[in-house]
Amino acid sequence: MWNKRKEEEYPPKAGPAPAAPANQPKENPPMSTAPAASHHVSDSRGPAIIGKSVMIKGQIFSREDLTIDGEVEGSVELHEHRLTVGPHGKLQAGVKAREIVVLGSVHGNVEASDKIDIRKDARLVGDIKTARIVIEDGAYFKGSIDITRPETSKAAATPGAKPMVSTPSPANAAVVSAPGGDLNR
Amino acid sequence: MLKDRWRAETGAPVAYPQNRGAVSAAKPQTRASHGLEQFFSSIQDEQNLSILDFAGASQANISFITTLGHRIYSNDIVRTLEETFGGDGEFVANQADPVRCGKFLRESLDFSENSFDGALVWDTLQFLAQPLLQDTVDRLFHIMRPQSYLLAFFHAEEKADTIPLYSYRIVESKVLSLTPRGQRKPAQYFNNRSLEKLFQKFNSVKFFLTRDHLREVIVRR
Repeated sequence: MWNKRKEEEYPPKAGPAPAAPANQPKENPPMSTAPAASHHVSDSRGPAIIGKSVMIKGQIFSREDLTIDGEVEGSVELHEHRLTVGPHGKLQAGVKAREIVVLGSVHGNVEASDKIDIRKDARLVGDIKTARIVIEDGAYFKGSIDITRPETSKAAATPGAKPMVSTPSPANAAVVSAPGGDLNR
Repeated sequence: MLKDRWRAETGAPVAYPQNRGAVSAAKPQTRASHGLEQFFSSIQDEQNLSILDFAGASQANISFITTLGHRIYSNDIVRTLEETFGGDGEFVANQADPVRCGKFLRESLDFSENSFDGALVWDTLQFLAQPLLQDTVDRLFHIMRPQSYLLAFFHAEEKADTIPLYSYRIVESKVLSLTPRGQRKPAQYFNNRSLEKLFQKFNSVKFFLTRDHLREVIVRR
């Protein structure tokens, strides 16, 4: 099911908790069936989630972190955020995000401005364009990998050097914050 | 077409299991590789090349090749072979099916002409039976740019019923890590003459024979 938070209108961040509905008796304080944090529009509530029983055909644009555990056919874009394809997630889609974590299946070209993390038992078929990539043993990947390094680090590339950590140039430095979990290994 | 003479050089300590019937322990072994060294020497002054890797995606190979400034195309050919032609009992026999062979070539080597500046095919060719083997080599010829190099390994011991399958990981430009993936019966055995015939369309074929009965072959398109 769609996360209800996506469909309700929430009060502004600075505002108080939502007022009780008019028809509720005053002596019964409003009871929220959802965790209190879900009523706030701050980043601390966690990513939006597409559950495993949901199937979407079309384009998804998101301005927050997103976890997909269902099926998506089309395209997914989260330019400044993280996309997590959960273990039950199946994407037949092109994907663009700041950071992409794959635990399920992706069939399509994938572009991550910062990092792609392909976990064990994940499956990715398609071309990858990213600044950094981590792939665990046991993951299946078929396709090409283009590392888009910032100009300042290209000259330092030497055979046998350890991978992937690229130093962003001042012009396009980005703060990478992982909302939950440490993907750095 | 000029062909280099056969050249034999000794390599690193044995990576080939002594007890061929036993299941290999999945411990990686490192070994020097003259073929790998020559492959990377041929591209050392270049950048933005496209390298085809038949070993399947691994952190080591991806990191090594992309750190050099190149793009890598990964495909686990052994896995594709197993998915297309089935398990051990029918693996070689099913390669006589032209429909399956067409499917394998479409899924593995469907690239336009001159797509790659190098190919690391490792030991995968020895598990292909004719005519699929020649079709695959012809396809590699088609998708590789002129003057580019292909590195292939062939087990030289003709009396073995099965030969080890390895995952090949690049440690350095002349060092490989081999992790056993089990044993498999090869589709055929090769000698130098049969390898020269297999790669007859290519410009040159050079051999390195190692102590562990592995014939490393560098082929120039």
